[in-house]
Amino acid sequence: MTASHPAEHGHDVVHHKQSFWEKYVFSTDHKMIGMQYLFTGMFMAVIGGFFSYVFRMQLAFPEQSVPLFGLVTPAIYSSLSTNHGTIMIFWVAMPILIAAFGNYLIPLMVGCDDMVFPKLNRLSYQVFLLSSIVLIISLLLPNGGFGGAWTSYPPLSSSAQYNLTPYAATLWLLAVALEFVAFLIGGINFLTTAMNARAPGMKMFDIPLMIWMIILATIMFMGSVGPLIAGAVMLLMDQTIGTAFFDPVRGGDPILWQHLFWFFGHPEVYVVLLPAMGIVAEVITVFSRKKMFGYKTVLYTSIATGIISFFVWAHHQFVAGIDPRMANVFTVTTVIISIPIAEMIFVYIATLYGGSIRFTTAMLFALGFLAAFLIGGVTGIFLGSSGSDIYFHDTYFVVAHFHYTFFPISIIAVFAGLYYWFPKMFGRFMNETLGKIHFWGTIIPFNLIFIPLFYAGAAGAHRRIYSYEHFPELAIPSVQNMQIIATRALILLLLFQFVFVFNFFWSIFKGKKADANPWKANTLEWQAPSPPPHGNFAELPTVYRGPYEYSVPGRELDFWPQNEKP
Amino acid sequence: MTAATHAPVATGRSATGIPTAKLAMWWLLASEIVIFGGLLVVYIMRRVMFDHWAAYAEHTNLIAGSFNTFALVTSSLFAVLAHQAAEAKDHKKAFPYLWVSILGGLVFLIIKSLEWSNEISHGFTITSNLFWSFYYTAAGLHGLHVIVGMVAMGIISMDVAKGKNLHRVEIAGIYWCFVEVVWIFLFPLLYIAK
Amino acid sequence: MMQYILPEASSSAASIDFLIDLILALGGFWLIVAEGALFYFIFKYRRKEGVKALYITGEKHEEKRWIHIPHNLILLCDVVIIAFAVKVWYDVKQFQPPADETVRVIGQQWSWRFVHPGLDKVLGTADDVETVDEFRLKIGTTYHFQLESVDVLHSFSIPAFRLKQDAVPGRVITGWFKPTRLGEYDFQCAEICGIGHGIMRSQVFVETPEAHDKWLKAHQPHPQVASVSK
Repeated sequence: MTASHPAEHGHDVVHHKQSFWEKYVFSTDHKMIGMQYLFTGMFMAVIGGFFSYVFRMQLAFPEQSVPLFGLVTPAIYSSLSTNHGTIMIFWVAMPILIAAFGNYLIPLMVGCDDMVFPKLNRLSYQVFLLSSIVLIISLLLPNGGFGGAWTSYPPLSSSAQYNLTPYAATLWLLAVALEFVAFLIGGINFLTTAMNARAPGMKMFDIPLMIWMIILATIMFMGSVGPLIAGAVMLLMDQTIGTAFFDPVRGGDPILWQHLFWFFGHPEVYVVLLPAMGIVAEVITVFSRKKMFGYKTVLYTSIATGIISFFVWAHHQFVAGIDPRMANVFTVTTVIISIPIAEMIFVYIATLYGGSIRFTTAMLFALGFLAAFLIGGVTGIFLGSSGSDIYFHDTYFVVAHFHYTFFPISIIAVFAGLYYWFPKMFGRFMNETLGKIHFWGTIIPFNLIFIPLFYAGAAGAHRRIYSYEHFPELAIPSVQNMQIIATRALILLLLFQFVFVFNFFWSIFKGKKADANPWKANTLEWQAPSPPPHGNFAELPTVYRGPYEYSVPGRELDFWPQNEKP
Repeated sequence: MTAATHAPVATGRSATGIPTAKLAMWWLLASEIVIFGGLLVVYIMRRVMFDHWAAYAEHTNLIAGSFNTFALVTSSLFAVLAHQAAEAKDHKKAFPYLWVSILGGLVFLIIKSLEWSNEISHGFTITSNLFWSFYYTAAGLHGLHVIVGMVAMGIISMDVAKGKNLHRVEIAGIYWCFVEVVWIFLFPLLYIAK
Repeated sequence: MMQYILPEASSSAASIDFLIDLILALGGFWLIVAEGALFYFIFKYRRKEGVKALYITGEKHEEKRWIHIPHNLILLCDVVIIAFAVKVWYDVKQFQPPADETVRVIGQQWSWRFVHPGLDKVLGTADDVETVDEFRLKIGTTYHFQLESVDVLHSFSIPAFRLKQDAVPGRVITGWFKPTRLGEYDFQCAEICGIGHGIMRSQVFVETPEAHDKWLKAHQPHPQVASVSK
């Protein structure tokens, strides 16, 4: 057994100047690996976002050539919508929320000099990069990308005779499997580092919520992905060597895949929710100068949500052909899970009470997250209730619901985190004015996209349909206009993202310089220089208090860093 | 590749009291348990549902399976002995013990390839029917883990020969015991239940 | 509220719509309360010169009450919603009222085949009328359906009936419905089934028994064909 050394230094022990390859490409430094995940995720977001632009243009203006793309055939439409969902969840939300923020922040926020296994960390990114490449290749094949939805239900996904994209279907599945492996590898680092490498004095309840949330998410991911990996192996074999795991003609069961998929798929949405809540916790405490209301409540409700999330999966399968009696069990668990989540949101709102709120761009995005996610959460009840899900299943109501959860999670909260930690990462501020323009240009169009889609879904518009021209009940102006409004709002949304892209890259080089702790925050990453060098801290910190001691009565300053000696 | 950097301070810390390498291995095994668990639960549910699978299972080779069980258990024993030697800093003993362990794995793989060649020549392939699909998938996944374990032990033994990094013997041993435990579940499910 | 968007054309539609309204009312209430509190606090607790923020841990009992009370009220609302959801689900999916007639619905890439019992009202006899993409029903008749797929997953969906059920290859899934409103309605495939999923559309015709019988008579299968089409 090894003990930690007294008087530790996290100093740069690489005594020669690193080459470009060593510093940027083959780095084992957690901060660089975090950046690699961030930039890969941002690149994939451009692809995923572009796909949504193309298929939304087809929906609003059917059969018309889409500028910057061309004509959208039914096959292309299926592939665009499949890969939009797949990319956004596996190659944008997870890498940015968990791998980028997790890698960058865990060592800094727990007060050590790197992840416990830096080379394993590098390997996880390399596997992830490989998975991205495999996915992109699948999109470029002659028959087009896989078009069987991100859920990839067999027999459509298991047989090329049905999906007409034999190689793309297999490459898609392989890419997802590799992504899972990358996150399993990365997760081991996150858990071990957070559990073992904490600064002396950092007890369980002194750990910032951001770190807790990433840890809980990692545990949930590891606990839920196993059966799906087994299922993916089975599906790969059905696709390539002709086994019959999911082939009903030869004794297999297509519904088995659905169970394996959703057993992972439901916890997965909380796997991405929790880190987003973690970001929002950090941002709202700093910019309202208030201690987190009920830190332990947040922790316990997160754990409760995580546990219950393993028991709700079949609400995705109410009408799939499962035994109808099972539906009753799952409707109970699903509606009940709304309680710990509601409690978490209430606690966050209560944190604002009596605060001194500063509306920085990061804070605006964090507050926007709360406002939007509330709508996502409430609309989930319509779907978790089995009786009403009979109607809403596979309609745009579902699409609007999950965008009101996923968009806040993977876009709004991410922007909050980026604007907040940008000074730490690059030693400079992003421009606040451009940030505010970006904020309003994101949040307003976002609502204008999806509120019309709630209506379209309520009117019966079903999912994954390339054109509603053939459906008399849906080709009417009141519904088709919803499609047009949504598309126009999306274009507006995408245009405003250029403001962010410009601001982000320009500020890396030309932003106003920032010192170590520009936001006057308590957590340990603000005790390292901005940006932190290899090794992070000149002297590794010791912790004396929790992370949210803001506006403590009797103190002159309204913040109290965790490592400041009492 | 990066220049020879020392391990970060983080690697040596242990706020929980458990060494980081061991903690990491346990987390790895936790995720592996869910993978194998998922596969085996699905298999068991189907086995219970489909009576006719018992007839297919008649053709699995109980002798080969038993021999393989013996090979893995013996191999695990030597992994434990290697760990004990490593704890006592006796790398001269730990090295051969590790290699007996690896040899046990090799015996396992050889018997399995003979067993499978025989079954395939009799027409029991992975696509014959769903029972055989599960059989080859589960045992195959396990076999891949055996290979990985053998390679890992081989790599670690190189350092052990020089008396270095002896703590890794325990880590490999934990992994190897996991591989054995999975087989302890597979053996009755695939070979005994007829 | 749903009835203003899409007519209620089956006997189950009203209860499903009621459940939706219930959730809208309860969920809407809590949404307004939560958003209201959020925006109120955002406005009221803007940073003001010289005003320091409060130090509240959220661990004290009086503080936690503000969370516990809404928590318990929401739990109550959830129980009510679950009760109604289970009731509606049971009525639609578990309970099968005795059938007046049975129909077969068969999905394939990329069309729907419907087998209507003929004038003898019995399915599986020589006078059954088979159609492609045309579903003809009598108002007020309780139908059992036998739902099948010949290839991949499809889903039998009639929004105006508030009816949906996935079709799984290798199985025959049964259910029921009773049309209560004359008219023509969309019939959709509600599970992605390949590149033709978007054109997989049928039309439902709910007509009077007289009109239906007239249609049946006019489409009697040719005696030779009848013996082949099984």
